[in-house]
Amino acid sequence: MDTNQYLEMFLEESKEHLQACNEQLLELEKNPDDLSIVNEIFRAAHTLKGMSATMGYEDIANLTHKMENVLDAIRNSKIGVTSEILDVVFESSDALEEMVLDIEGGGTGKKDVGGLVTMLNQIEAGESPTAEIPAAEAAPARTGALVYDDFEQTVITQSIDQGFHAYELDVTLRDDCLLKAARVFMVFEILEKAGEVIKTNPNVEQLENEEFDNRFTVVLITKEDAADIKAKVEKVSELETAEIHHVQLKRAENESAAAVEAPAKEEIPNPPADSAPAEKPVKKADDKAEASSRRSGSSHSANKTIRVNIDRLDVLMNLFEELVIDRGRLQSIAAELQNAELNETTERMTRISGDLQNIILNMRMVPVETVFNRFPKMVRQLARDLDKKINLEIIGAETELDRTVIDEIGDPLVHLIRNALDHGIESPAERLAKGKPEEGTVTLRSYHSGNHVFIELEDDGAGVNRERVLRKAIERGIVSEDAADMLTDKQVAELILSSGFSTAEKLTDVSGRGVGLDVVKSTIESLGGHISIDSKEGEGSLFQVQLPLTLSIISVMLVEMQKEVFAVPLSSIIETAIIHKDDILNAHNQRVIDFRGKIVPLVDLREIFQTGLPDGEEEYKSVVIVRKGENLAALVVDSFIGQQEIVLKSLGNYLQSVFALSGATILGNGQVALIVDCNALIR
Amino acid sequence: MSAGTENKMIKTIVFQLLDKEYAIEVDVVQSIEKLLLMTITRIPGVPSYVKGVINLRGMVTPIVDLRTRFDLPVTEYDDNTRIIIVNLENFDAGLIVDDANDVIDIPADALESQPEVVGSVESDFVAGVAKIDKRLLVMLNLDHVLKPIRNGQSDDN
Repeated sequence: MDTNQYLEMFLEESKEHLQACNEQLLELEKNPDDLSIVNEIFRAAHTLKGMSATMGYEDIANLTHKMENVLDAIRNSKIGVTSEILDVVFESSDALEEMVLDIEGGGTGKKDVGGLVTMLNQIEAGESPTAEIPAAEAAPARTGALVYDDFEQTVITQSIDQGFHAYELDVTLRDDCLLKAARVFMVFEILEKAGEVIKTNPNVEQLENEEFDNRFTVVLITKEDAADIKAKVEKVSELETAEIHHVQLKRAENESAAAVEAPAKEEIPNPPADSAPAEKPVKKADDKAEASSRRSGSSHSANKTIRVNIDRLDVLMNLFEELVIDRGRLQSIAAELQNAELNETTERMTRISGDLQNIILNMRMVPVETVFNRFPKMVRQLARDLDKKINLEIIGAETELDRTVIDEIGDPLVHLIRNALDHGIESPAERLAKGKPEEGTVTLRSYHSGNHVFIELEDDGAGVNRERVLRKAIERGIVSEDAADMLTDKQVAELILSSGFSTAEKLTDVSGRGVGLDVVKSTIESLGGHISIDSKEGEGSLFQVQLPLTLSIISVMLVEMQKEVFAVPLSSIIETAIIHKDDILNAHNQRVIDFRGKIVPLVDLREIFQTGLPDGEEEYKSVVIVRKGENLAALVVDSFIGQQEIVLKSLGNYLQSVFALSGATILGNGQVALIVDCNALIR
Repeated sequence: MSAGTENKMIKTIVFQLLDKEYAIEVDVVQSIEKLLLMTITRIPGVPSYVKGVINLRGMVTPIVDLRTRFDLPVTEYDDNTRIIIVNLENFDAGLIVDDANDVIDIPADALESQPEVVGSVESDFVAGVAKIDKRLLVMLNLDHVLKPIRNGQSDDN
């Protein structure tokens, strides 16, 4: 089978399933008794196994299969959840991830999983059949174990009362069975002659569609003898085994509403572990009898979504911009012609395209969850490596950000989290000595505010040690000794973001790789964001990252210089002003103005951009006051055009970096306007 | 431009600069536009041969004037002036040429390396020359012609 066309889908879905696996494993570690979590993991692993086998990635299939066995043993309460077992499972999922990434990178997805497989086998076998806890709730969703609803239970009890037998027939088809549905049909034909089939697992529709591995269960009500039926059924060819048992009804406790059908359990307390995967997670509506038996957890299937390549969205966006440009032309034509009908149509078009623009932009929004997802596991691993106890809380993972920002923000956050774990949170002993709980808490928070998204990382660790930071900063020549005393605590804390700074007394494996937090700072600033630190010694630190909602649309002030239009990002602008030439002062060959008591240097954009100056000295000058951090500058322009939302475009790879320009945009009239990079103009 | 393969034809777009004819492979050419229909936005602080950027169907595309790039005398743009939009590996760019109107197949073995002449700015940009009938075509090395601009400088040398 040519599987190439499915490769992308396979990769996406595999990653999704692995992510689900990881999340649920972490959950399981917290609630080792919650077997419904094991089911979730099992489901993810099972699907992954199926997909990878279809795609021909045998190592992945092999490893997931073993993982499945272990999980199955767990949910059948054959083995308990211990951190050793989880470690191995985590390791397996890491290996799986590696293989998937390898495939993504064009590799074969092959990897020596022998060691892991052996370990998994050992786990599976080593602590196996204790067979003593087949309690009803202990195995809420053992595959193959049938669950009966009230109606079915009544039918069965009444039939038995009337002298019928109720049997559960487990049929296993041979692995090489070609026409599974046909065999199922043959079995049914025999059974329906003998009595009445009241229930199957998986349901009839799935059986007909061959949506099962090679094992299914049929519940039959008949007057015939069990042995007779077994013998008849076994005549069907390509059939491995047919086992027949009496249905034993066990009234389920904690039977909740229709959504979750309580686990009633009957005979065969412990089937061999490897016979388990008789069920595939089928994400479609079942017939009504079975609909109720779908367990929770398939909730994500409710999201009707479609994957779209981001490139296509870009194309859509570009096409849309052309539409906007034409709209602009249409508007000016309409204004000229003053035709009522044309005006009306143009207005309607303007409104609709405005809505359309919002929709297109929204399509590019992705929840930060996609980035946050990877952190729980990372924190778990780091906490182990560092021998610390850490509880990671994630708040606001649903906050949405533009895809381009999402792609960039991951690494800086990883850095910050490592930093918090390594330098922030103290060792358990230290914490106890300080009267803090042994377990440190790291909170990752995200929320919208105005036109920005905030991501905060808070820890209740040691905080920034003023003395130590200052000492190091002086040592490295980042601040002078005199200046050091003047700094506020916040300023001191933010020193750790300056380049060449590392607060760790000794380099550790975790964060001492020669890159400091300055990298984080510069990455965030390159995204048009801002990072600040609040810290109280002994109580913890708060890193706050402020990011623009989207990188592709920004608000700008359009200014004109000799018929050339430039855009100044509103985020840098403090205000605009018109100044008289007499207000301009000279200081050291640098012209400055007094702006609200502050001396602000004057930068003539017309000189910088060589647009040409007007003839003769103007009486009044239009200036835009911009800032970079604490520093201000007044940019002189010819005139202001107005504020506008623009779509940011890069100048491309040919013009890799141009002084004082950060990009371009296309205006309503189709012309390109350049965007001024105020950061480059100040100091 | 892999010379050597026997009798392989290279399909090229031929354009005019001053009195010479130049060729670039047709594969890299995305389109040919009339310059007079375009509004070029000047970019300050870049070499003079970068005339600016245009809005090419929603893409901001840089434009290089080949006459200036090759230190040829500059003339006014006229109705024949064309912008050849090329797609290179990492970027798109437009080349301003006097005229572009021909597509010619050049046999790979007709391509000879440029006779060594010292001092000509052009020589770096030439991948080879081919004589087809009575026409001398100069095959351009676009990677050299379009060296990315960083901090207002081309990455030459």
